[in-house]
Amino acid sequence: MKPQVLVIGFVALLAAVWGFLPPFTVTLLCYIGLYSLVAVGLVMLTGVGGMTSFGQAAFVGLGAYATAWICTAPEAAEWLSFLPKGLYPWVGLVLGLVVTALIAWGLGAVTLRLSGHYLPLGTIAWGLSLYYIFGNLQALGGFTGISSLPPLEIFGISLASPRMLGIVIWAVLLLAIWALHNLLDSREGRAIRALKTGRLMAESMGVDTANQRIKLFVLAALLAAVSGWLYAHLQRFVNPTPFNLNIGIEYLFMAVVGGSGHLWGAVLGATLITLLKEQLQDWLPRLLGTSGNFETVVFGLLMLLVLQRASTGLWPLLAGFAQRVFKLQPPARALAAAGGASLDQRQLPPAGEQILKADQVTKRFAGLVANNAVDMDVRAGEVHALIGPNGAGKSTFFNMISGVDDPTEGQVRLMGQVMQGKPSRAFAALGLGRTFQHVRLLGERSVLDNVALGAHRRGHKGWIASMLRADRAEEAAVLAEAMRQIERCGLADVAHTPAASLPLGQQRIVEIARALAGQPAVLLLDEPAAGLRHLEKQSLAKLLMQLRAEGLAILVVEHDMEFVMNLADRITVLEFGTVIAHGTPAEVQANPRVIAAYLGGDLA
Amino acid sequence: MDLQIALMLVQDGIVNGAIYALMALALVLVFSVTRVIFIPQGEFVAYAALAMAALQSGKLPPLLWMLLGMAAMCLVVEAVRQARGLEVDWKSTLFWAVALPALAALMLLVVKPQAMWLQVVAVLLLVTPMGPLVYRLAFRPLAHATVLILLIVSVALHLAMVGLGLFFFGAEGSRTEAFSEARWDVGGLTITGQSVVILGVTALLVVAMYFFFERTIVGKALRATAINRVGARLMGIPTALSGDLSFALAALIGAVSGLLIAPVTTIYYDTGFLIGLKGFVAAIVGGLSSYPLALAGALLVGQLESFSSFWASAFKEVIVFTLIIPVLWWRSLHTHHVEDEE
Repeated sequence: MKPQVLVIGFVALLAAVWGFLPPFTVTLLCYIGLYSLVAVGLVMLTGVGGMTSFGQAAFVGLGAYATAWICTAPEAAEWLSFLPKGLYPWVGLVLGLVVTALIAWGLGAVTLRLSGHYLPLGTIAWGLSLYYIFGNLQALGGFTGISSLPPLEIFGISLASPRMLGIVIWAVLLLAIWALHNLLDSREGRAIRALKTGRLMAESMGVDTANQRIKLFVLAALLAAVSGWLYAHLQRFVNPTPFNLNIGIEYLFMAVVGGSGHLWGAVLGATLITLLKEQLQDWLPRLLGTSGNFETVVFGLLMLLVLQRASTGLWPLLAGFAQRVFKLQPPARALAAAGGASLDQRQLPPAGEQILKADQVTKRFAGLVANNAVDMDVRAGEVHALIGPNGAGKSTFFNMISGVDDPTEGQVRLMGQVMQGKPSRAFAALGLGRTFQHVRLLGERSVLDNVALGAHRRGHKGWIASMLRADRAEEAAVLAEAMRQIERCGLADVAHTPAASLPLGQQRIVEIARALAGQPAVLLLDEPAAGLRHLEKQSLAKLLMQLRAEGLAILVVEHDMEFVMNLADRITVLEFGTVIAHGTPAEVQANPRVIAAYLGGDLA
Repeated sequence: MDLQIALMLVQDGIVNGAIYALMALALVLVFSVTRVIFIPQGEFVAYAALAMAALQSGKLPPLLWMLLGMAAMCLVVEAVRQARGLEVDWKSTLFWAVALPALAALMLLVVKPQAMWLQVVAVLLLVTPMGPLVYRLAFRPLAHATVLILLIVSVALHLAMVGLGLFFFGAEGSRTEAFSEARWDVGGLTITGQSVVILGVTALLVVAMYFFFERTIVGKALRATAINRVGARLMGIPTALSGDLSFALAALIGAVSGLLIAPVTTIYYDTGFLIGLKGFVAAIVGGLSSYPLALAGALLVGQLESFSSFWASAFKEVIVFTLIIPVLWWRSLHTHHVEDEE
């Protein structure tokens, strides 16, 4: 059985019983739908993108207050006098979305370039501030709020009753989940998932991480604003209380308890928390003998327990159970390049051309000189090895020729361009592919998914196209390309296994395949042979020779001398940050300074 | 506004700024040592203030039951860890979960202090051990989690602690007696003895912390842990010790702040949160890592708050919290390359 069948069954069941449910249940389901809409945005932010926000309730408030103001303020009525009254809520929706997008973008722009905890801290301040602004603006009714909002109307049908509006709420929620599900299963979705594992890796694959993070934050905020708009027309009354910071924390709680990595986890979390809150508000005051918001104590402690004991939330437990009971099968993926979509192709430069050049590169960390006037270049169609004892400054140098850090003095040129101050993704755009010394893969995702991320730059379909499934042809081409590189690197057997389950040596090869999927002109490999067995090393060497023959420029940082000497055309040796030798393997092996550096002793 | 009002506002701002400075110090300390962004810091302020108020009205602060409950839970957790074959440092466990809570109980149940300084000691004994206990119960099991997860835990804890504050102390606010009733008239400006006490104690704490970190081996160990956690562990500084200590210091600083501020403003069960957050704004000015910048930030926050309460009192909080936007923007201008997170 396919998982879709279960979803369709759930929706059909809900639709079938909707007309017969008691009014109280319908209202409860309306609220669950509204909360789920906010929580699903938080799942995207927290579980998928590795960010978080405590201020979602404030965005809900923006959506609610925008429409409340448009529908009731005399000034608004004056400006909109040319429109029929029934359209006011829609103007309110647009206003709410625009204001929300602007504020979310602004908040994101100032915090998202900094390390991850500044955004949530910013949202706490923002969530508190907006509450006080709502409460103190007399135009918005102060702490008493705005009442007598009109109901929504669609095609002349009034949606005044929760039973009618609830249909819209759940339709919006299901559409949002569908669109987000599509987004996650696409080129952009891979980029979003990569944000969580570390931005450096994503940037090196050509992903503009700051941009993706801002977009994700704006998306979550917009979902909250839509929820607020619907909320205002369900309640027909707004006041600041439900948009307080505490409620913002509760939304996050829903996402975390349900399972912040899963879209349906949001619905599960919203349902559980809503029902639990209902019960707790009922019997906690009776139990304790006083009234107050004591459910926050239970929620807080529960959240603590979930994060300590089941950090992935409750959805995986439920999903695992469903898997066993209904014998669900994972969906098969189309790998054939259907529809004739093709990816960007790069014209490789002719052999012998200088691709990457470091010119007198010096790096100082305060008093320490990590690299001292290092010169080296990598040419198309050669393997250049960089060797040196531990602490020679190889990693520092590697960082500077891959855009992770800037030289203090000197220049790095890639394809003839000066790269000072440019980010890693600019290096990727010019055709630099790299691997990492400490493997950086999305461990839970399949090898195929990981390698496909490497081809990110070669596709162009954006968020909207991905959500609407207008990217299928391109996606199939991306996956086909990824599969080609996987087969070429000898990983075909494990293409569909999670990357983390492979031995470390193989994970390094996955990184090479990922770099190749970007069709690089120059490949930087950071200790590719570490952790490989003898036969694996041989096949790696064979692969690199083949790539060299195709015209790739390859730079290898490696400790395995046998591997390097058999493979490299030229070798540069670093010691204490300075180049001590340069030449063919034979020349380098005969160089007395190199022998001294590796074996110790004097140069006598 | 004339000069006299301006001077009065400046004075107000300095006094409040001193409290925010203490908050900021505690937050920077906890974050740099344990990576926990400790949102519930302000709760210690409210707990201490309300416990003091209860003592002064001749009641037993019900917080004692919470402390004893936490201590009992901590003992159970350590016993379970022992049973699972994990190494348990019983010496520090007995100190935080038995000795100090027992002393607090002795003070509150047997001594029933009447003198103000004894009451202060009782409150500090009551609140300080809560720091390490909170660390052991909430954060230590997640020592390897990301900063983000620790932050979410922190917020969850805040939610629980505020709720418990409401349960133990009720919704009414309280004020305590001033430590000094003295008043001086300096050129038309009234300076209260209490504000001198606040500034004096703050300065004393800052200097004491400076000496602690610069001159004592334990302080140096904490600093080492802040700079490089793994390296410090390899040098034989246990991570758990630094966690216990930094949280104890944070709780102690929070409790002192609460005792200082309670005679000046009415404290409710949820007031601490706002005080703590203003400390955060100050700490963020220093990038959550620089103590001197955090102190400067605290003075700035104090002044901003005091002047905005004069000009736009309804939007006082909004103005203070929006300060972090330009601060963050300024910080983000100075980052070119992507920071890689752990």
